[in-house]
Amino acid sequence: MTSTTISEAQRNADPAALIARILNGEKHLFHDLIRPVERAVFVMLFMLLRSEVDAEDASQEAFIKVYRNLHNFRGDSKFSTWVISIARNEGLGWLRKRASRPEEPIQSILDQDGEASSGDFTPALLTDWREVPLEALERKELGQYLCRAVLKLPAIYREVVQLRDIDDLDIAETAQILGITPGSVKVRLHRARIMLQKELVPLLEQYAPKKRGLFGRRV
Amino acid sequence: MKIDCKHVWDHISAYIDGDVDQALRAEIDRHLEHCEICSAVMDSTRNVVVLMADERVFEIPAGFSQRLHDRLESVLKE
Repeated sequence: MTSTTISEAQRNADPAALIARILNGEKHLFHDLIRPVERAVFVMLFMLLRSEVDAEDASQEAFIKVYRNLHNFRGDSKFSTWVISIARNEGLGWLRKRASRPEEPIQSILDQDGEASSGDFTPALLTDWREVPLEALERKELGQYLCRAVLKLPAIYREVVQLRDIDDLDIAETAQILGITPGSVKVRLHRARIMLQKELVPLLEQYAPKKRGLFGRRV
Repeated sequence: MKIDCKHVWDHISAYIDGDVDQALRAEIDRHLEHCEICSAVMDSTRNVVVLMADERVFEIPAGFSQRLHDRLESVLKE
């Protein structure tokens, strides 16, 4: 994991104020401006492109576009929302390029009609669940299971999980980036979470702490 | 109003996000108290959501940030 150390001052810096200074010539501040969104941009592109190498290259291109278009940022959305939208467009552009290569066909990658698709949105049924604590992520393969499960989701579901549950954006921001209604965000998120629960429950159970004796606490 | 399991499943995501009105939340809570299946489904779904948010799940490649800022530095100098 790359550590992006951000000082408290940088973290609290008002993006609008930083942008004004950058546009007035203090270009080096662009580094500080984007540090808080680096991770979200990489993850967005990794979700779309499903390749670390491509996601890194596309991230660089996206941030260069952010820099070159900084004067166009109007402040009517959060800076992070604006940046992630630019990154998404960059990723979609990469997908379009890939699609023109016959050896890598992409099947309507962002199936706009995906919402009507007849997926199975019934959760995995079980009668007991012992919580898998965050410490279990110390075991690498658990993170890999989770990562793979998200990557297996259809693109329209992958995107909402990424923006809402990984990047922690709110419904309105997610809707704005994806160009869909807040209602659609909720529907997709619900379905995505159910699909993930169904896929992951059988795998996750082994990471739950063992019950303590006869009256093991179910948490 | 009494709600069934299927009805609870329809609201799992909204319930986790605190996006259900008070009356529905109360109904779901009452259902969860006696339905061990829905209770386990709710707990496991919430558990998945919490785990997914952890930074260890989606790791940024080592050196990503350095390479990004090096590249940007050359653009900033143009």
